[in-house]
Amino acid sequence: MPSYDEVEVGTTLPTQEFTLQRADLVRYCGASGDFNVIHWNERLAKSVGLPDVIAHGMLTMATAGRVVTDWLGDPGAVLEFAVRFSRPVVVPDDDRGATLTVTAAVEDKLDDKRVVIGLHATVDGGRVLSGAKMVVRLP
Amino acid sequence: MPLNRDFVGRKAPRAEPFEVTRGDIRRFATAIGDANPACHDVAAAQALGHRDLVAPPTFLITLAMAGRTDFLADPELGLQYEFVVHGQQKFELRRPVCAGDVLDSEARIEDIRDARDNELMQIISEISCDGEPVATATNTLVSRGTAAPREV
Repeated sequence: MPSYDEVEVGTTLPTQEFTLQRADLVRYCGASGDFNVIHWNERLAKSVGLPDVIAHGMLTMATAGRVVTDWLGDPGAVLEFAVRFSRPVVVPDDDRGATLTVTAAVEDKLDDKRVVIGLHATVDGGRVLSGAKMVVRLP
Repeated sequence: MPLNRDFVGRKAPRAEPFEVTRGDIRRFATAIGDANPACHDVAAAQALGHRDLVAPPTFLITLAMAGRTDFLADPELGLQYEFVVHGQQKFELRRPVCAGDVLDSEARIEDIRDARDNELMQIISEISCDGEPVATATNTLVSRGTAAPREV
């Protein structure tokens, strides 16, 4: 795990790209217990005015968070994680799905070896999370 | 139909404690594509100083889903789930959630308000284990297009 002393405000974490396909949404339905039809039924998603099936906001959040926990090594070092969902991640029924690009950087150093990390998550260049940040404790 | 504002301040009925199993953590980690050994391999988690498998930071959403289904399904509230999308989410973790934890959750509807044509409902869940606080989860749901029409 990176140490508190070696990171600075502006230190970037490795950027990652993630693919979200329909099967990932169905798997997340099962693991999370969130079976809202908008995450797996195109007909019903469209009937309530959505462009297509959309990913669970929580799946987008969890996936983005991996950029930080992969960097940390220890998921137990996360103290706080907050996001706003600024636009839905539309997941078409094709072989590509949606590609989520996540960048992250250290935004602030706090006391008690805590660090604030800001995350940016985009799909096709559009931001899908805003105000996303994690507070973590480093050794 | 707008949500019933009388539900602001309403608490979810006390649910049975949620037992976090190794299987729950592995299944959730797999579903989010998280191969972190601390979520899958007990020895790896223990090498990091944890008692058992560590849950990914958003795992507690499963507790919210398990505990609040009936509470938010109350027809008197008027929430139609297909019109709901997630607006905001925050987890404040006082310690990591590990396999073997038996968690209690107290959820309440903190606020319901209009945001243009939509309504925002904020739910705050206090999660504890053996009476010790573990986490606070703050969840803002968007009920699309259900705000009462405004007079012009």
